[in-house]
Amino acid sequence: MSTQTALAIDARGLGKSFGETRAVDGVDLAVPAGAIYGVLGPNGAGKTTTIRMLATLIPPDAGSARVLGHDVVSEAATVRELVSLTGQLASVDEELTGRENLRLLGRLLGYPRAAAKDRADELLDAFDIAEAGGKLVKHYSGGMRRRLDIAASIVVTPRLMFLDEPTTGLDPRSRNQVWEIARALVAEGTTILLCTQYLEEADQLADGIAVIDRGRVIAEGTPADLKASVGTGSLYLRLLHPGQRAEAAQLLERTVGPVVLEPEPAALSATGADAGRAAIAVAELSRAGFPLVHFSLQQPSLDEVFLALTGHAAEETSPLSDDLQEHLS
Amino acid sequence: MTATTTAPGSADTAAVRRAISSTPRPTRPGPLSAALTFGWRGMLKVKHVPEQLLDVTVTPVMFLLMFTYLFGGAIAGSTSAYLDYTLPGLLVMSVLFTTVYSGVSLNTDLTKGVVDRFRTLPIWRPAPLLGSLLGDSVRYVIAGTVIIVVGVALGFRPDGGVLGAVAALGLVVAFSFGLSWVFSVLGLLMRSPNAVMNAGFMAIFPLTFLSNVFVDPATLPGPLEAFVDVNPISVLATASRSLMAGAPDGTAIVVSLAVAAGLAAVFLPLTTRLYRSR
Repeated sequence: MSTQTALAIDARGLGKSFGETRAVDGVDLAVPAGAIYGVLGPNGAGKTTTIRMLATLIPPDAGSARVLGHDVVSEAATVRELVSLTGQLASVDEELTGRENLRLLGRLLGYPRAAAKDRADELLDAFDIAEAGGKLVKHYSGGMRRRLDIAASIVVTPRLMFLDEPTTGLDPRSRNQVWEIARALVAEGTTILLCTQYLEEADQLADGIAVIDRGRVIAEGTPADLKASVGTGSLYLRLLHPGQRAEAAQLLERTVGPVVLEPEPAALSATGADAGRAAIAVAELSRAGFPLVHFSLQQPSLDEVFLALTGHAAEETSPLSDDLQEHLS
Repeated sequence: MTATTTAPGSADTAAVRRAISSTPRPTRPGPLSAALTFGWRGMLKVKHVPEQLLDVTVTPVMFLLMFTYLFGGAIAGSTSAYLDYTLPGLLVMSVLFTTVYSGVSLNTDLTKGVVDRFRTLPIWRPAPLLGSLLGDSVRYVIAGTVIIVVGVALGFRPDGGVLGAVAALGLVVAFSFGLSWVFSVLGLLMRSPNAVMNAGFMAIFPLTFLSNVFVDPATLPGPLEAFVDVNPISVLATASRSLMAGAPDGTAIVVSLAVAAGLAAVFLPLTTRLYRSR
């Protein structure tokens, strides 16, 4: 069981069509073991289809993939012993209680009856759902359901876990809980492949990111790499006296770079700021008699990264995501 | 953005980490054990959603009361004579209605995403399907028993006795094992549980009425009588009637079982193939 492979996922030219639609069109992924790797893209980019191929749910029609050193087609059974999937639709049984869901999976994974029960209780406690353990899952809140879903995925701790949009539709508090659980899993040695359309989520969790659009990987790197590829950040300032804005802007142009006047009358920002130049600019402004209420140095957001890479915005609004549609069809 | 702190989550990270690291890896279960576990799941559903069972038993019980007291006298001369005729057929109707739910629950699993979970487990692949069949069989037996018990309360006293009634129930349940795969295929192909239910009842309702469950086909116009005679539901009702009467009709029994085996031979492989690829 302890075969050490450098790559948790090694996919080459992975492809899949549904009828006329080329959902995944030659995806290469090299995911190192022991980290969180983010697959970032808008709805319908092919994220879910990619995950479903890697989790042995559907066979690819082009390319190949090895998961923890095993081929997803010819060694699918071995792959299934090592991975678990937390799908976009929470993969738990709504008509059973939370406890029954976990006991069911414990039994299916080979625990004897009593051990399955103990394991279920241990997980309910750890994931803060013990009180609702006897309630039917269909009465759970979104956050509870998601935690149960993740608990169900680690009844036996997998070597690799697929997390498909784990925080879609969750409130910020539940989202933070899910993030903490993901970090705890990685700390215990599990590799996570995280699919998300939330740029902040990838930025928060992932050590490496592949940006995927229209079935292809269009960029790869660390969150910092991707941000750097778009350019430097900007310095945001709010003055005490709005009347001083024009003069302050002149000073900023000289010390930092092009200035943008913000909608708020006392606010302005300068692009092309690194930390050093920003510090000098702030000091000079104070010395020159421009009192500041607020200043901050902002990194380019992954939103901007996405726009720069694809030429279109990351958040496409569609009533039902394409990934979900393809999943249901 | 830079000055905010992360809100503390209420999940106890230390406990989560303990729970993650404390797992000894059990040996994977055998095929039978996995199938039985899925059977247990089916049982739990009967326990949690008894309304589902009510849905399928209320209609046949309603028909039993309605037909016996409204039409019984007119059709068979007396209500008790009609009860003897129609109850074995209503047993068939009641259990066959329940088979539609095999497809409905499979479709529910599929649309809710829980099938994905099962399919990524290292278990014998047909286990979920065979297991739900086990759970379903409990539902069939309950649906059939309800109709027989209500019949006995209304004065139904079959010549075949308890043994005949149990044999008839057994035959109908066996037939349902075959038929349920038809609805499983439907469940894997259609888009929502409701669509499966509608399509299922659209097929099974007319087939039940165009059979000898309610009336003796001898009184029907020729072409209709011909259809009713070859309708497998008629054959099954005839077999059920003969067993309850204590005079088993060998041909009807063999034909019923053969039809069930035929349905299973076609639709069981289709179900497993669809289940694997969806």
